[in-house]
Amino acid sequence: MAYPSNYRYTKEHEWIVLEGKTGTIGITDYAQNSLGDIVYVDAPKVGDPVTANQTFGSVESVKAVSDLYSPVSGTVTAVNESLKATPDKINEAPHETWIIKVELSDPSEWDKLLDAAAYEKFVSEETGS
Amino acid sequence: MALSEDSHCKPLGKVRPHQTQNEALVFEKSSPGKRGYKLPPLDVPAADAGEVLGAAHRAKKAGLPELSEIEIVRHFTRLSTWNYAIDLGMYPLGSCTMKYNPRVNEWVARIEGLAEAHPYRPDHLAQGQLQVIDLLQRCLTEITGMEAITLQPAAGAHGEFTGILLVRAWHESQGNARKKIIIPDSAHGTNPATAAICGYTVENLKSNAEGGIDLEALERQVDGETAALMLTNPSTIGVFESRIHRIAEILHAKGALLYMDGANMNALVGKVRPGDFGVDVMHLNLHKTFSTPHGGGGPGSGPVACKKFLEPFLPTPVMVKNEKGEMRWEYDRPQSVGRVRAFFGNTGMFIRALAYILANGPDGLRQTTEDAVLNANYIRAKLEDVFELPYKTASMHEVVFSDKRQAARGVKTGDIAKRLIDYGFHPYTVSFPLIVPGALMIEPTESESKEELDLFIEAMRSIAREVEETPEVVKTAPHSTRVSRLDEVQAARKPVLRWRP
Amino acid sequence: MRYLPKSDAEREQMLAEIGAKSIDDLFRVIPEEYRLERDLDVPRQHAESEIIDYFRAAGARYPAKHTSFLGAGAYRHYRPILIDAMVQRGEFLTSYTPYQAEITQGTLQAIFEFQTMIAELTGMDVANASMYDGSTGAAEAVLMAMRVTGRHKAVVARTVHPEYREVLHTYLRYREMPTTEVGYEARTGRVDLAALEADVTEETAAVLVQSPNFFGVIEDIPAIAEIAHRRGALLIVSIAEAVSLGVVRPPVEADIVSMEAQSFGVPLCYGGPYCGVIAAKEQYLRQMPGRLVGQTVDRDGYRGFVLTLSTREQHIRREKATSNICTNQALVALMATIFLTIYGKEGMRELAEHNLAKAHYAMQTLSAQPGVKPLFQGAPFFNEYVLQTEEAPSAWAQRLRSDKIVGGIDLSRWYPELKHSTLWCVTEIMPKERIDTTAHLMAAAPVVA
Repeated sequence: MAYPSNYRYTKEHEWIVLEGKTGTIGITDYAQNSLGDIVYVDAPKVGDPVTANQTFGSVESVKAVSDLYSPVSGTVTAVNESLKATPDKINEAPHETWIIKVELSDPSEWDKLLDAAAYEKFVSEETGS
Repeated sequence: MALSEDSHCKPLGKVRPHQTQNEALVFEKSSPGKRGYKLPPLDVPAADAGEVLGAAHRAKKAGLPELSEIEIVRHFTRLSTWNYAIDLGMYPLGSCTMKYNPRVNEWVARIEGLAEAHPYRPDHLAQGQLQVIDLLQRCLTEITGMEAITLQPAAGAHGEFTGILLVRAWHESQGNARKKIIIPDSAHGTNPATAAICGYTVENLKSNAEGGIDLEALERQVDGETAALMLTNPSTIGVFESRIHRIAEILHAKGALLYMDGANMNALVGKVRPGDFGVDVMHLNLHKTFSTPHGGGGPGSGPVACKKFLEPFLPTPVMVKNEKGEMRWEYDRPQSVGRVRAFFGNTGMFIRALAYILANGPDGLRQTTEDAVLNANYIRAKLEDVFELPYKTASMHEVVFSDKRQAARGVKTGDIAKRLIDYGFHPYTVSFPLIVPGALMIEPTESESKEELDLFIEAMRSIAREVEETPEVVKTAPHSTRVSRLDEVQAARKPVLRWRP
Repeated sequence: MRYLPKSDAEREQMLAEIGAKSIDDLFRVIPEEYRLERDLDVPRQHAESEIIDYFRAAGARYPAKHTSFLGAGAYRHYRPILIDAMVQRGEFLTSYTPYQAEITQGTLQAIFEFQTMIAELTGMDVANASMYDGSTGAAEAVLMAMRVTGRHKAVVARTVHPEYREVLHTYLRYREMPTTEVGYEARTGRVDLAALEADVTEETAAVLVQSPNFFGVIEDIPAIAEIAHRRGALLIVSIAEAVSLGVVRPPVEADIVSMEAQSFGVPLCYGGPYCGVIAAKEQYLRQMPGRLVGQTVDRDGYRGFVLTLSTREQHIRREKATSNICTNQALVALMATIFLTIYGKEGMRELAEHNLAKAHYAMQTLSAQPGVKPLFQGAPFFNEYVLQTEEAPSAWAQRLRSDKIVGGIDLSRWYPELKHSTLWCVTEIMPKERIDTTAHLMAAAPVVA
């Protein structure tokens, strides 16, 4: 699966896309693939603060839990409530299925993230392929 | 016994599907008006529950089933036939020590004067119970080479909690509770969970190339804020830490303590004592080493043995004996960490464990350990040409292979485990310890005869051949069970945790 | 040794195949100075008959056929014969945690039935597969409430079993979670609602009460729930005498129920093994400790059961787990499941009503004696109550002992303010004749010098 070029990425396998000051965050195809069937998403509440490189929730498969790391700092403005009933949407369309939206407190953090090419390179190094 | 190799439909091995009728949930079998009980006539005036209880009266009866006695017997008997058990065959679940559970243990635990004793019975009327507790405490102290003990913890993880509380209380008495506990990456998940609930941060220690403690790394990591190292010995890959005295020295030099997870004590009883090799505090699992039944997941019992300097911190109450041999519970223990559960522990398990020790005696206990180690090494010798052995260090009571060769064919340890079911065995422990990717953790215990071991070895070799020739058969196993592989994803996504009408 | 299925010849043969000269070769990794070169100092090997003799003798040190009025968290009820007949089937007794669902459907289905029965009885949505016991269950419930609310304080009623409170204290010791204890009304023995109101704040994660409480008194759960919920705290109701649920209204206003299920067919056995269980409202499911069994389907669409939501547990989450609990009390939970199946919907009501009737008869009969009165009034009780005597308990206990009767337990060990007060428990197995005899002995005037 191709990694959208207008997104930025973390080494913890989250993606973010920016519209104005609002970042939309999800996990990458690589992340959902290594986790397997996702059964539960633990997300913060609207209004909660998030900090770059800090955990803001977790995604669970049957036998594993993976922490979610925020690419940026800011305040949660929306949470994808539909994931409560259908967490499998992340498996089906990881790059279209967002988990939270965040209003960035420090837009310069965006520049520190990996672009699609760099992330793809990082993933291929990680898998050794 | 000839194992059929050409078919994937025929049941293989020694267990064939037995005639089990399907069995509905007990609620689905219920119909109003059926009774499975009869109370004696009430010999006092009935109380008007509505009047006596007022607003606290339960208006609607709970939705419990209504069945007759024969239906209840059949229901639970049929359910039982869907279980695999030690009584049916080898149960080589690594780190769980699934040994024979002697029947006499069950019998003596049900002797009226013991089974019907109320925990608040006055001490002078409880001398029989206290006598059992006293003898078991002395036996376990001798077996571990320690100097004091509490039987209060209800299970192994509960024992870990108690042990780390002792560690913390002692450090506090020395003026500094310290901050961290070091735990090898091969440890059971309960170890880090325990350290965390005792308020310590967990520092991981990477295993060395032999799967043991890396002494240099340990020396670098231990400092004045290290409270203890939680060590499983033999380790979860079944390897004895031969430089254990150095480990203890490194810790003690910095004022840290050595905690031993006694999960694998079945490899040591009668041959070597943790108290002699530098352990300060440890827990035992009576349901592993001392044959109390696993019962489908419990009850366990997790006594904690320690050195003299930790004794003042043991949970209350502590049993004491006067010069006349009279025993009583002592509650006044100002330095105690407090209670870890109500009453005195899983006393029923103490009776069973003591019966096991009495049946064995010193010679039987030693022979048991030797046979457990012999069995694991026999399996290792007979399977290491077919399965990858990631650590070549000498094995004690269990052997850990990896699925590396089979995984190359797309078959993983979990698949091989499921296929073992078709051959009439309970699977080994899958994917643990975490330091071995695709682990097959096999602990035969002393309870297996050479014939049973040979059958197991043949089954494992046969599965290895199937992986080469017909991998699909293995990947879709088991084929001979009442249900096939169950959908765990659906169970977790939309949890159904109770029956509803 | 009769448990070991090998002859010496077979041992030799196996050693040869391994390539070892002797068994000592396999223990060579143990440094020589630590090897035990002597026999363990434990009793010699005993024959089965000798083992039975030893434990029979230990059991006989307590004169059988005592009449006991002891309760206080451990209750003697009749145990139907079927329970031991069923749980001693090797398939239940000698199986382990049902990790391999295809060959442990028996245990899994039984636990699923247990979870359903506990949810039905307690009025909660879901129940787990069991905890160690009622005391550790209550402590785990408080920790669970702290995770749910993100708050760090607990308010605990002094009418909760004193040993449960001690265990909670141990569990919270290193977590910076302060607890406040709330007293009871001197007249009713119920939680002092005004004091509770004052102690519950916006920082309170949980209010923990017990009902019937340690004095046997049934608490006003709706009123307590209102106080807790008004401040956003969760209400945890601990139940030590589970048979009460046959006739006492379940604590449906609670958020979490933590119960000791020993009363459901589990022998007293001097305090354990018993069977704790946590039940809760569905929305708190993800924060529940302990194992859970869920329903699912196999590849052919047949119904089956599996351990589920295990990502909460220590073997996956390690130091971030909801609890370090691993082993549970599966076989004891099975005893409870069989007990509840035997009594069933009608039987649980009838059994509870017998307890209620006997306990009320005993309370009235005993407190009709001169110098004996009930300590609390104005609130209902189930099968336990507190009596206050003019005499010191040790004095009348002496008289009861002469007739092989163990009376109520002295409360002063836990409640120094309660003088000459004893807690009495009367279950369905207590014959009227023994109650009457006890009353007679209580009344016997002490010899005054």
